[in-house]
Amino acid sequence: MVGHLVRLKLTLLRNGLRRSVWQVLGLVVAALYGLGVLVLAGAGLVALSLQDAALRETVLVLLGSALVLGWWVVPLVAFGVDATLDPRRFVTFGVPRRDLLVGLTLAGLVGVPGVVTALLAVGTAAVWWREPLAALAGLVGGLLALAACVVGARASTAALAGVIGRRRVREVVAVLAVLLLAMTGPIISGLTDGVAALGTGGLGRVVDALAWTPLGAGWAVAPAVVAGDAGAAVLRLLVALATVALAYLVWDRALTRTLVQPASASHEVKARGLGWFARFPATQSGAIAARAATYWVRDPRYAMAVAIVPVLPLVMVVSGAGDLVLVAGPLTGMLVGWSVSADVAYDGTAFWTHVAAPLRGVVDRCGRVVVAGALGALATVVVTVATAAWADALAHLPALLGAGLGLLLTALGAASVVSAMVVYPVQQPGDNPFSTKQGTSAVAFTSQLVGGTAVFVLTLPATVLAVLAVVQGSAAFGWAALVVGVLLGAALLVAGVVLGGRLLDRGAPELLARMRSFP
Amino acid sequence: MVSEHPPSPSPHPSSGPPAAAGVPGRVPAASPAPAAGPAPALELRGLWRRFGDKIAVAGVDLTIPAGSFYGLVGPNGAGKTTTLSMATGLLRPDHGTVLVQGVDLWAHPDVVKRGLGVLPDGVRLFDRLTGAQLITYAGLLQGLDRPTVEARTRDLLAAMDLTADASTLVVDYSAGMTKKVALACALVHAPRLLVLDEPFEAVDPVSAANIREILARYVAGGGTVVVSSHVMDLVQRMCDHVAVIAGGHVLAAGTVDEVRAGRSLEERFVELVGGRVTGEGLEWLGTSSV
Repeated sequence: MVGHLVRLKLTLLRNGLRRSVWQVLGLVVAALYGLGVLVLAGAGLVALSLQDAALRETVLVLLGSALVLGWWVVPLVAFGVDATLDPRRFVTFGVPRRDLLVGLTLAGLVGVPGVVTALLAVGTAAVWWREPLAALAGLVGGLLALAACVVGARASTAALAGVIGRRRVREVVAVLAVLLLAMTGPIISGLTDGVAALGTGGLGRVVDALAWTPLGAGWAVAPAVVAGDAGAAVLRLLVALATVALAYLVWDRALTRTLVQPASASHEVKARGLGWFARFPATQSGAIAARAATYWVRDPRYAMAVAIVPVLPLVMVVSGAGDLVLVAGPLTGMLVGWSVSADVAYDGTAFWTHVAAPLRGVVDRCGRVVVAGALGALATVVVTVATAAWADALAHLPALLGAGLGLLLTALGAASVVSAMVVYPVQQPGDNPFSTKQGTSAVAFTSQLVGGTAVFVLTLPATVLAVLAVVQGSAAFGWAALVVGVLLGAALLVAGVVLGGRLLDRGAPELLARMRSFP
Repeated sequence: MVSEHPPSPSPHPSSGPPAAAGVPGRVPAASPAPAAGPAPALELRGLWRRFGDKIAVAGVDLTIPAGSFYGLVGPNGAGKTTTLSMATGLLRPDHGTVLVQGVDLWAHPDVVKRGLGVLPDGVRLFDRLTGAQLITYAGLLQGLDRPTVEARTRDLLAAMDLTADASTLVVDYSAGMTKKVALACALVHAPRLLVLDEPFEAVDPVSAANIREILARYVAGGGTVVVSSHVMDLVQRMCDHVAVIAGGHVLAAGTVDEVRAGRSLEERFVELVGGRVTGEGLEWLGTSSV
C-alpha cells in the first residue's frame, strides 16, 4: 500500500509534466535551484566537518532547527502543502490509516524540497566521519529530524485546516497569512539583531536549549555522542522520537476529524439591496465597475490587496527604514494598480458572462480600471501624505505624488493589457488556502516579471524627476514630476485600456477556453 | 430585419472535411429548408473543434428551425458542450459557420449576442454577488436600462422561486438554485434564441416542472430553445425536435417522431450510439454474498 501511494505520486507528477511544457520548465527551474542549494550546503558540510565539535554542533543545531521550523510554518503562510494526494480522496478506499499516513509521508518527499531536505539530513551524518559512532547517531538523528519535517508539516496544516473549515474564517486566515508574510522582513531583522546581541556565549546557550526541543533534538544526538554524554544522547533521541510520534498523532487526529466532519457549508451571508449596482450608472461599464467594487470587498483575493496598503508603511517605520519610508506612497500606487493584472484569471470561468454578452473589450477594461483606479488614487494620496508628514518632508509632496500617481496609472494600463493576454490558474475563492496550484506558474511568473519591468521603465521619466527633486531639494523638479507623472500615466492608461480592449475583442473566447481547460 | 446574409439555398453542403461524410447510421438531417420562409433560428455548418490530439467535434451540421424546442442528446463526451459553446460564441470553432437567424455569429458577435440567451455547463458564476445582483449584472451587460432590469429581475426571481434567497450570495446557493439563477440570467434580456446546456441537472422536480412550463410558454410565443440533456424521457416529452450526437458527429436529427421512428427515444438512441454492454462477465456480482 505504501509503495502504491509513492508510485501514485510519481505517476501524478509524470502525467502533470506531460500536460504542459510550462510544468516541465517549472520543475527544471526548481530542480536547478534545489541543486544549487545542495551544492552550497554540501560544500558547507564538508568545510564544517573539518571544524571542532563545538562549532559543528552550533551550526548543525541552529540551521537544522530553522529547517524543521520552516517545514512546519512555511506551508501555513506561503506555498501550502501539495494537495495532489489529499487524504480526503482516499476516504472511499479501505486503506488502513497507518499505511495511508506512512505512504503520504514518503510521497511528501517526492519533489524538490523533499529530496533536498532528505539528502541534507542524511548528509549531516558525514560531518561526524571522524567519529564512526557519532556518524551513526547523526544518521539516525538526521532521519528522525527529516521525519519531523515532513510529518510536522502535514500535522500543522491538517490541524489548522480543520479549524478553518468555514469560508469566512478561511478568507480571514488567508489575508492574515499574507500580512504575516509581509512582516517577515522586520521579524527576521529583529531576530538577527537579537542573535547579534546575544554574542557567542549567548549563542551557545540558545543551541543548548534548542538541542532539547523538538526542533533541534534530532540534530543534537551526534554531538552528545562525541562529547561522550551517553545519557544526553539517549534523551535527545527520545525527544526526537517523541516529536515524530506526537506530530503523527496530531495529524492522525486532525485527519479523523476532517474525514468524519467534512468542512460544512458556512452560515449564509445576506446582503441587502443591490449594493454598488444601485449606485453606479446603469451601463455596461457601470455594471462591471459595480461588480468589481463588490469583489474588492467580498473576495479575499482582492481584499488582500487593500489590506496590504496600510501594512506597507507600518512595516517600513517599524523596521527603521528612516526617510526610505517616503517610498511607501509611490509603492502603494504601483501595488494597487498592478493588482488587477490577473483580473480575468481571478474571474475564472465566470468570465463567460462577459464573453456571452454583446460587450466591447474597451468597456470591460474601463469598468475594471475605474474601481482599482479610484481605490488606488485614494490609497496613494493618503499613504504619501501620511508618510511625508511623518518623515517631515511635506515639501517633497509634489514629487512623491507625481511618482505615485504615475506608477498607479501606468500599472493600471499595463495590467489592462496583461490581464487580456494571459490567464493562469489562480486560487479560486473557496479553495483550501493551504493547497498550491499545480503548474503554469512559469506563465504567471513571466507575465508578472515582464509587466512589472515594463511599468518600471515606462514611469522612469516621472520617477527620475521625483528622485532628483527629493535628492536636490528642488521644488521645480518636484512639480515637473507631478505633471509628467500624471500626464504620461494618463496617456499610458488610455493606451493600455484601448490595446487591452482590442486584445479582448480578438481573444476573449480563447482566454475562456484556456481557463476551462485548467484542472 | 435580421438577414444581413441571405439564407443559403443548400443548408448541408458537403464542404466540411471529408471525414464528416459516411458516418455509419447517419440519418438524413432535417428536411431541406424551404426556398423561402424565415431563416432558421440557428444553423451550424460544418463545425470542427480539436483539443490537442482529440477531435471533440468533427463536422457538425444542424438546422434548428425558428419556434422549435430542440433537444440535443448524446453520451458523455459526445461533444454536446463543445458544440453548444461554439454555437453561442464562447468557443471559437476551428472550422465552420454559426448562423443565428441568418447572421454569422463569429463575424458579428455584438449583433448576434443581443438575441442569444446562454446557459453553459461546467463554468462558475460571479458567485460573490447575491442572486438579485447577478441577474441585474447580466441584464446591464446586455445593455438593458435600469427600470427594465429591476422589473425583470423581480419577475425572474419569483418565477424561479428564488425571491426568498434574492439577498443570499450565489456561492451559498445549492446546485439546483445555482442552475436556476443562471437560467434567469440567460432569460433577462428576452432573447429570441435560448441555448441551455444541461438546464435540469440537480434541479428539483417542482422547479424543473416550473422551468419546463416557462420554456414551453416561451416557445409558444415564438422563441426557440435548444437544450442538451442526458434524460431521454424528458427530451421525448418536452421537445419537438431532437438531434443525436456521438463522437463529435450528428447521428440523427429531425422531429422527435422522425428520429425515434416508432420506438422510444431511448431505444433508438441506444441503437444509434451503440456501445450497450450486456451484463455478461459480471456473474460474480449477483452471487457474491448471501
